[in-house]
Amino acid sequence: MTAVQIEVFLQTLIAGLLLGGLYALIGLGMTLIMGVMKIINLAHGELMMVAMYIAYWMFVLFHIDPYLSVFIATPLLFFLGVAIQKFLINPVLKVESILPENQVILTVGIGMVLASLATMFFKSDYRSTPVSYATDAFYLSDYWKSSPIELSVSVPWSISFVIAVLITAALWFFLAKTDTGKSIRATAQDLDAALLMGVNVKLMRVATFGIGAGLVGAAGCLFIPIYYLFPALGGQFTLIAFVITILGGLGSTVGAIIGGLILGVFESMTATYIGMGWAPVGRFVIFVACLIFLPGGVASLLRKKRFGK
Amino acid sequence: MSLLEAKNVSMFFGGLAAISDVSFEVKEGEILGLIGPNGAGKTTMFNVVNGFYKPTKGEVFFKDKKISGLKPHQICKMGIARTFQVVKPLQRMSVLDNVIASAFLRVKGRAQAEEIALETIKFTGLYDDREVISKGLPLGKRKKLEIARALATQPEMLLLDESFAGLNPHELDESIEIIKKIRARGITIMIIEHHMKVIMSISDRIVVLNYGEKIAEGTPQEIANNPFVVEAYLGEEKSA
Amino acid sequence: MKKYFPLIALALLSILPLIGLSTYMMHIVILVVMWSIIGMAWNLLGGYCGQVSFGHAAYFGVGAYTAGILYSKLGASPWWGVLLSIVVVTIFSFILGYVVLRLRGPFFALATLASGEVMRVTAENWVGFTGGTLGIMVHERTWVEKIWYYYIILLIAAVTYFLVKKLVESKLGYYFVAIREDQDAAESLGINTTLYKTIALCISGVLTGIAGAFYMNYMGYIDPHVVFALHDISIITIMIVMVGGVATYWGPFVGAVIMVFLAEWVRSIPGLGAAHQTLFGVLLIVIIIFLPNGIVGDYKKLKRLVGLGRTS
Repeated sequence: MTAVQIEVFLQTLIAGLLLGGLYALIGLGMTLIMGVMKIINLAHGELMMVAMYIAYWMFVLFHIDPYLSVFIATPLLFFLGVAIQKFLINPVLKVESILPENQVILTVGIGMVLASLATMFFKSDYRSTPVSYATDAFYLSDYWKSSPIELSVSVPWSISFVIAVLITAALWFFLAKTDTGKSIRATAQDLDAALLMGVNVKLMRVATFGIGAGLVGAAGCLFIPIYYLFPALGGQFTLIAFVITILGGLGSTVGAIIGGLILGVFESMTATYIGMGWAPVGRFVIFVACLIFLPGGVASLLRKKRFGK
Repeated sequence: MSLLEAKNVSMFFGGLAAISDVSFEVKEGEILGLIGPNGAGKTTMFNVVNGFYKPTKGEVFFKDKKISGLKPHQICKMGIARTFQVVKPLQRMSVLDNVIASAFLRVKGRAQAEEIALETIKFTGLYDDREVISKGLPLGKRKKLEIARALATQPEMLLLDESFAGLNPHELDESIEIIKKIRARGITIMIIEHHMKVIMSISDRIVVLNYGEKIAEGTPQEIANNPFVVEAYLGEEKSA
Repeated sequence: MKKYFPLIALALLSILPLIGLSTYMMHIVILVVMWSIIGMAWNLLGGYCGQVSFGHAAYFGVGAYTAGILYSKLGASPWWGVLLSIVVVTIFSFILGYVVLRLRGPFFALATLASGEVMRVTAENWVGFTGGTLGIMVHERTWVEKIWYYYIILLIAAVTYFLVKKLVESKLGYYFVAIREDQDAAESLGINTTLYKTIALCISGVLTGIAGAFYMNYMGYIDPHVVFALHDISIITIMIVMVGGVATYWGPFVGAVIMVFLAEWVRSIPGLGAAHQTLFGVLLIVIIIFLPNGIVGDYKKLKRLVGLGRTS
């Protein structure tokens, strides 16, 4: 490999990892909801779109930096998630119907309403937040003068990535150390056992949907400085979220993080070496390959290893 | 002559043995009782015979053909039908339609399937409930429906998983009658049951499992006097 | 009387154009009939066999592209595509079924959703074969009059209706419903669940593909965004069946009438164009919460609700 080829490869790898970190955050919200509710939330991307509009308007109207909007959009999305769970999904859980997928179809309806309301209010225009540091980058040569290759890392991408890592760490702490977090994990692992242990399952479901929505809301705020925004963007991110979830293993948080990183790197590689338009195809190739060859996702590999010891 | 033979069957789940090295035979025309405390591996054994699980080790033969590794529907087609401990009726279908669905295994036409189904339903005493949607059936009748559905596949061998649990004394007598009638038709039966009196009275032979291992095998008389069994199982029952 | 209802309905639909509908109304009616076919097809797999597909656009699009590519690459009449689509979509459904049918519940839903999207992205990027995002245009239309298109699609719909009815009342139908109700029980009753799910998927896919090939002929233009659309095809298909009635013969027709007219009605209101999705979404939510088995399936409940309204 020539130096240029190595440069391109490393650059692609870095871009993929940064993207993967953000993907992980989207996937985490989805996998939490799946684990506890046993349903897929097909409005996940639309929730992210809502958060992005919140961050966008905060920036345009009040000049609030999108990164600060994390503290505004996340709680708002949490309450939106809670409301959806409490007033729409819970009633459907009680309704007797032929198809158990009714709840999933319901989330489709919610997503449709959110996306088309956004189109009505904000038109189909592409928007972005022109932050002052949008094009800034760190250069390897600034830190290592005699470096044989040159690499650059975009400033907003790096900030987004770092915040995503911090949020993920906070989530891990919440799930591992707090009582509510433990109850959520118990509900996801074994509903009957959780009920026997006196976990308020209904409350946990509401909380989980709220947290899942909050996480994807935060991801929206991290995405807007580096991406553009339009009402129909949700569908694409819903797809990304579930590809990550399948890749990682349903309901597994560690799996979602690894899945997000794998997907990010894979997409970045496809875009560099095959062509931009094929990145989404790469996404589905991973998805299908995973369904066939690794139905339990990365989580099943981790589990196997543990048993081996 | 043995109809079904399990040879050194073991079933592991993630390192835990649900069944370890169990062998037994079921002779043609007999009723074999399978007993043991909760978690002894009885239902797992049925799942292995019926094809839901492929045994980790060992083999199962039916009429001298190897069936372990085949799919449940293939094993059913060969002539082994089963019922479920946790009943699985086709909820939104009527009782008759439930049985018709399984009668289709051996016939193509709707009329023939219905004929078999009606006959089976009369045989199991569900005729008056044939139009009831099975979701609305009381437990006792759902247990009968399980048996009717299995019979409608015209099996040579029937696996009954706790078909008596939760029945009232009257239903219990009825079900015992049905089992005897099924045997009279020449169908071999393997039965899991917690109800000691029932199993002792209808079984020709009994196999006892405990923690996934076979600890005894013999006539009801021998089993009742076996000190291991009394300790592992009957003792527990008496003290409870 | 009830037995002859389908024939009476068919007779009425056949003389419908004679009452002198405008070209626009004929267009709407053709769309209604086309959507009922797709609805019936989806219903066979989703409603009866219990395999809820979120990706029926894949079959619709493959059918449409079969006709389109036959025309653009070989210069053959796209009408041959209606026949060819039977072969192509059967093969396509079989391959796709091999992957997706081993999955259950949410996994299946996700995999079907992905399959529709994969087809869209592939059609967009495989420019040499599909024409990419520019799509395929049929330059010479067979008829200007819509009435011929109407009778063709009505014929396909009638065949679909009787085929679905025949299947549902046969051994296959019993097996489909058994699989829907309890896959483990079905398997232990000797039903080869993988085989019968594949059969359901292939029939459902082919019927949808035929509708797609018809669409190519009728509209004269397709592109990946139109025929592989997630919301405008896959989700609308689900909505049609949900609104009309899951696992009912007439549900897809009732659903298609409601959905197509609703869409056109909203679109005709100035300034509300984009709102039709909102309305659809709200309708879907309301139906799922209050009439989970659709208008036909919950007809008694609906009558009771309306009746209660009158007495009070």
